[in-house]
Amino acid sequence: MTLLFSFASGLVFGIGLIVAGMADPSKVLGFLDLAGLWDPSLALVMAGAITVGLGGFTLARSRTRSVLGLPIRLPPARGLDRRLILGSVLFGIGWGLSGVCPGPALVLMGTGSAKAWLFGTAMVAGMGLFELLER
Amino acid sequence: MLIDSLHFSPVSAVLGGLLIGLAASGLILFVGRIAGISGILGGLLRPRRGEVAWRVAFLGGLVTAPAVYQVVAALPDARIQVAWPVLPLAGLLVGVGTRYGAGCTSGHGVCGLSRLSRRSLAAVMTFMAAAFLTVFITRHVLGH
Repeated sequence: MTLLFSFASGLVFGIGLIVAGMADPSKVLGFLDLAGLWDPSLALVMAGAITVGLGGFTLARSRTRSVLGLPIRLPPARGLDRRLILGSVLFGIGWGLSGVCPGPALVLMGTGSAKAWLFGTAMVAGMGLFELLER
Repeated sequence: MLIDSLHFSPVSAVLGGLLIGLAASGLILFVGRIAGISGILGGLLRPRRGEVAWRVAFLGGLVTAPAVYQVVAALPDARIQVAWPVLPLAGLLVGVGTRYGAGCTSGHGVCGLSRLSRRSLAAVMTFMAAAFLTVFITRHVLGH
């Protein structure tokens, strides 16, 4: 059941990204280009997702076990640190250069796009670099 | 600021957003995990017992989404138009950055903001600012 629900969540997430236009890097760049012709759509994607998420996560916080009986693992409250900010800066630069963030990268890999596979391979290499440096 | 009314798609944006929120809510309520794509993928690089299968299943769902979508309707245009040489650098930055920053648009953006996490709000404001600035430089300063 865990695997079924994990798969279904990934699938609905991916379909949501496609419907929302987030899987189209040109549309994402249109949102990130404030000084050009600005496409505000992605702000509404976030608004829609957070509207549902507020309900889901409020409910999750009130429980210790999931519906399937697994422990609910919410990140512990922590302060800000340099890693969070510097990491986010690097991510933002990569996102701004390409219009692709991790979720859409995987969806685009699913369309068979060679460019997406190149991006995805480099992204996994970047994650591997983190493991090498930090573990 | 000029609005791109030709490409602005409020209805599909909200609808897609609702689906994303539903997926993230479903994962936390049924599986007990945060739907942060970079964390789910990154966690596979240091595999631990009981931490592999659900991650592979979630990512499998994500990769399968275009094929399932196509059963119902034609896929909307979604091609990477950025030049080839940019992609390895951008991918590397996204990979390293999301792991150091402990999250991306999904983990910090959708889940973190839904949890009203201050840490995630700081991360989102930082990567959005960096992305806005990067696009400004590539499109308007370098005339990319």
